[in-house]
Formats: sequence, structure tokens, C-alpha cells
Amino acid sequence: MSLMKSLLGAAASLALSAGASFAEPALIFDLGGKFDKSFNEAAFGGATRWAEETGGSFREVELQSEAQREQALRRFAEAGLNPIVMAGFSFGSSLETVAPDFPDTKFVIIDMVVDQPNVRSVVFNEHEGSYLVGMMAAKASETGTVGFIGGMDIPLIRKFACGYVQGVKAVNPDAEVIQNMTGTTPAAWNDPVKGGELTKAQISQGADVVYAAAGGTGVGVLQTAADEGILSIGVDSNQNYLHPGQVLTSMMKRVDNAVYEAFSAGVDVETGFNVMGLANDGVSVAIDEFNEPLITDEMTAAVEEATAKIVAGEITVHDYMSDDSCPVM
Amino acid sequence: MDFLTIIQILDSTMRLATPLLLACLAGLFSERAGIFDIGLEGKMLAAAFLSAAVAAATGSVWLGFLAGVGASISLALIHGLASITFRGDQLISGVAINFLAAGLTVIVGQSWFGLGGRTPSLAGDARFNPLEWPLAETLADIPVAGPLYAELISGHSILVYVALLAVPTSWYILFRTRFGLRLRAVGENPGAVDTAGISVVRLRFTAVIICGLLCGIAGAYLATGLAAGFVKDMTAGRGFIALAALIFAKWRPWHALYACLLFGFLEAIGNRYQSIELAGFILPVQFMQALPYILTVVILAGFVGKAIPPRAGGAPYVKER
Repeated sequence: MSLMKSLLGAAASLALSAGASFAEPALIFDLGGKFDKSFNEAAFGGATRWAEETGGSFREVELQSEAQREQALRRFAEAGLNPIVMAGFSFGSSLETVAPDFPDTKFVIIDMVVDQPNVRSVVFNEHEGSYLVGMMAAKASETGTVGFIGGMDIPLIRKFACGYVQGVKAVNPDAEVIQNMTGTTPAAWNDPVKGGELTKAQISQGADVVYAAAGGTGVGVLQTAADEGILSIGVDSNQNYLHPGQVLTSMMKRVDNAVYEAFSAGVDVETGFNVMGLANDGVSVAIDEFNEPLITDEMTAAVEEATAKIVAGEITVHDYMSDDSCPVM
Repeated sequence: MDFLTIIQILDSTMRLATPLLLACLAGLFSERAGIFDIGLEGKMLAAAFLSAAVAAATGSVWLGFLAGVGASISLALIHGLASITFRGDQLISGVAINFLAAGLTVIVGQSWFGLGGRTPSLAGDARFNPLEWPLAETLADIPVAGPLYAELISGHSILVYVALLAVPTSWYILFRTRFGLRLRAVGENPGAVDTAGISVVRLRFTAVIICGLLCGIAGAYLATGLAAGFVKDMTAGRGFIALAALIFAKWRPWHALYACLLFGFLEAIGNRYQSIELAGFILPVQFMQALPYILTVVILAGFVGKAIPPRAGGAPYVKER
């Protein structure tokens, strides 16, 4: 107890002496949880990397319910933490109300645009990354049928799906893409059993490569795909290591980079609208020792060519969220 | 829709119905003895966690299974202690168990594995692998009967067969043995049972322990049979669907099987066809996913007739003084 007290006391005096010149950054995870092996874990990875490199410390909180979003934001802002990074589109409406009350605090929101002077909005071009893994899926597929399993049915996930289908069709216009969404509530991010069942249903319809953009549900998808001997594609974090040799690749969304950059910039983080795409390594395709045997030279060449063309603007991948529709679906 | 598709949907139905069926039978024993149990969900969750955690730590699925069943029975005993011994409100005790399980699994999981309440992925002997029945491979080529045998009957985890066997066993125990007669009597008129010189408390505790055992099997199946590891809140409301199925089945074992198969079937259909075109209309995926719940309401409101619970259900037994 006394140790606790002295620790707390030390922390308090440190905080007081540090004052306004230095403020701890903070990170708020979404409902999927810090260890979802995917989106939130990527954010955590970026924060940890920053802490290791700079020796700094940061505060974090995992939400347990929807109602805590605004509360967590306010508590952190009142505690003087700056900048406050939140991982997830669901924070949009809460941040919209909280940000004006703390004009001196910088907020960084990932996956959502909030138009306030003290907010940095980071969005990713997931459709571009999904396009690339779609191309690889079509090349790896022997049946000509590939699958997509989304988490909660929201425009963001449809954006993944739409980019993926475009990539598949670019390689094989006759390919069939089976699409499933796990559910319509946030519980859909955490239902590996249902993810597994959906995968089995897709396999029985002929799919031999399945792309999971479903948070924790994706763990079940990758597991079932490995059990049944087909290939899967991970998302957000590099998930290749989960089932070596059976995960074709992962569509990496460099949430870690976004968090790392925000933390590094500290209180001087630039506000405004920030797009992370193929051009600035915001999204990429994961190739490491776990999936190397699966990648053919032809795949690598195709992906590199498409990357160059997308960056140069020669190929435009349609963004589902731009008009809420997908031309290929 | 060809024959193979139907087989595959039925196959999926079997897998999805199994946890429901086990939980439903668990509730059946408890409620037939006069102990309402809305803590099925919590018991399943605790069992799912501990079975996956112990299986991950020891590498043996059977040790995990025992630990899971043990966890479920301990929670059942807490429920029994609160509602039988201390005559507390059975609903409140059930809700408390659900909360307890939801919180404890994540906290213990976090401090044990440091993966945010998740257990490591299970592989090999740490999971219930599908049982291939003899000759499944060779018979698979026979038309109709072949795929039926190879896909639908063979190739499930052992707990699926345990769940199916539990149905006739439960029926036999409840309706053909002296113990079953007493168990049902204690849910209808505990006073009469007591007058006959049989301990109400002991009978009810036995029922609650059987309930814990079956919930434990259901939870272990979820985490080590269907999935490969525990994820927080992975029961996803299945305990409550099982309760609905129990009312739907009017507290009868065979009907519980049909009700659970129906719910499993609807979920399997929803997974397979996310949007169905029916006579020109396209049923959206949201409708398909809501179908089991809509059906529960419709069936309960109109089709099953009056579902009368055991008369002494929900009331603690107080001996006359």
C-alpha cells in the first residue's frame, strides 16, 4: 500500500512538474479490444513502438460499452493528456461533441473524418490494399471462386469488400466472389464460431481463398480455413504467422504508423485531414517468411505493377464510401 | 439448391444446434425441478473459458473438458446455494452468474495469458477433432446415402454425439425412472415430495448439478470443438436462445431437440444465404439474421399454445413450521 502511495505520489509530482511543456499521449481502443490480433492490436503496436524508442509513456483504455466513449474522451482530456488518439470510426459522434470543449487538446481519430480545428482525421485507402490482395487471391485460386467475410455490416467493411472484388475481377473477370457479413451489431467483431461457420459455407460453395475483414471474428475464419486446407487472407495487422503456410497474405493497414506518427509529433500534431494509402505506405501487402512459399513470382510482379499504377493514378480503385455503391457488386 | 447443398446446410445445423441443445437440456433438468435458471449463458461462458485455458496450458482437450465442466458445476452450485439453501430469488442469482462469468473470464484470461481475455489458439490434441466414422471415405461415392453418411452423420466432434445421446437419456431419466418422477414432482409440488419423506433440497441440488454438467459440455464444445480457443463473450446469447427453445419445447426433451434443430437450421440458412430472393422480393441479410428471434416471438405468441412452466418453478421451498 505504502509502495503504491509513493508511486502515485511520484507520478503526481512528475505530472505537476512536467506541466504543460510535456503531456503524455493517450490511446483509446475500440470495443474489439486491444488484443484482437488485428485493428486495435496494430494501434497498440504503434504506441508500444513509440514508447520503446523514446522511453516515453502513454495512457490507454479499453472500452467495455458504447456508453463509455464520451466518458473516456472527457476523462483523458481533463487529465491533460495530449494528443488523444482513438482507434475506430465509432468515436466520430462522441468526438464531435467533446472536441470543441477542449480546444487546447489535440485529438486524432482513425477511420473517420471529424471536422474540428483540433482534430486530425486519419483515413486509410483500404480499397487499394484490398484490391491488391484481391488480385493475389484470384491468382492463387484454383476453383475460380473466392470468398470475403466481413465483420459488422457497415460502409467501411463494404469498402474492403468492394476493393477486393475489383482486384479479383481485374485478374479473372469470370471469377466468382462469395460475400458474407457476420452481423449487424458490434458483437459481429467477436464471434469466431460464426466466422468459422461462414467459412465452411463458403468452402462448400467452392471458395478456396477467403479474405476476412472481421476483427476478432477473423481469427475463426483463418482457423477454419487452415483446418479445411484452403488459403485465407488476414487483415489490418500482419496475420501471416497465425497459420504459417496457410495464410496467403495479410492486407496491412498501418494503423501502427498512424499512432506512431501522432505520438511522435506530440502536442504539435498536425490537425486536419490525412489520407494513408499505397503511396505513403498506409496500406500494404504482407510478405514474410511465413507466406513466402505461397507467393509466386507472377503474383509479386502483378502486385508491384498494380501498386505503381495505383500510385501513378493509372488505375483508380473505386471507393465504396465515396458514393455508397460498388460498380462490380 | 442441389442435394449436396442441403446436406451441407444440415451438417452446419448439427454443429450450431449442439450447444443450444445441451444448454436447453441443462435448463430442462433445472426448471423441471423448480429452479429457474437464466444463468445458462454464464455457465457456458465460464466452461468455454476454462476448457480452452486448461487445454491450452496442458495440451490435453480432456483435461480442459474436465476443468470446463468443473467451472460450470461450481457456478451451478453457487446458484443452488443462493436459491435453494438461502431461498434467494432465482432470477437475480442467475443474472449475477451471467455477470460474474462475463467479467471473470476476461480478467482471469488477461492475467493468465496476457492476450486481453483471449486464450492462445488451440491445435492438435488440445481440440476436439472431428470423428471420422468407419468407411466414411469409401461410402462417400454411393449416391444419396453416401454423402448423407459421410457428411452429415460422420465427421462431427464427439460432443455432438454426446448431445444427441443426451436427448433419449434425459427422456428416460425424467419419465421412466423413480428419480425422474421425483424430480418432476419437486418442480410441481415440493410439499407432496417432502411429505413422502424425500429430501427436496437434495433433489433440487442434484438437478442443478446435472444442469451445470450439461452447460459445461456445451461451453467446452463451443471453445474446443467449434472454435479453437476462447474469445470474450463467445457464447453470444446462445444461453438465452436455449431458454427460448426450452419454453418453445414446453420443457420436454424430444421437443427440445426439435426446437434446437430448428434454431440451428435457421442460423445455418442465414449463414449460407445472406440474401434470399423469394417471389421477386429480395429478403435482406438483416432479416435473415433476425429470423431466429422473430420466429421465437411468433411461435411463443401464437403457435405452441399455452406453455405452462412447472408449477413450483421460481419459488424457494419453505418447509412448514
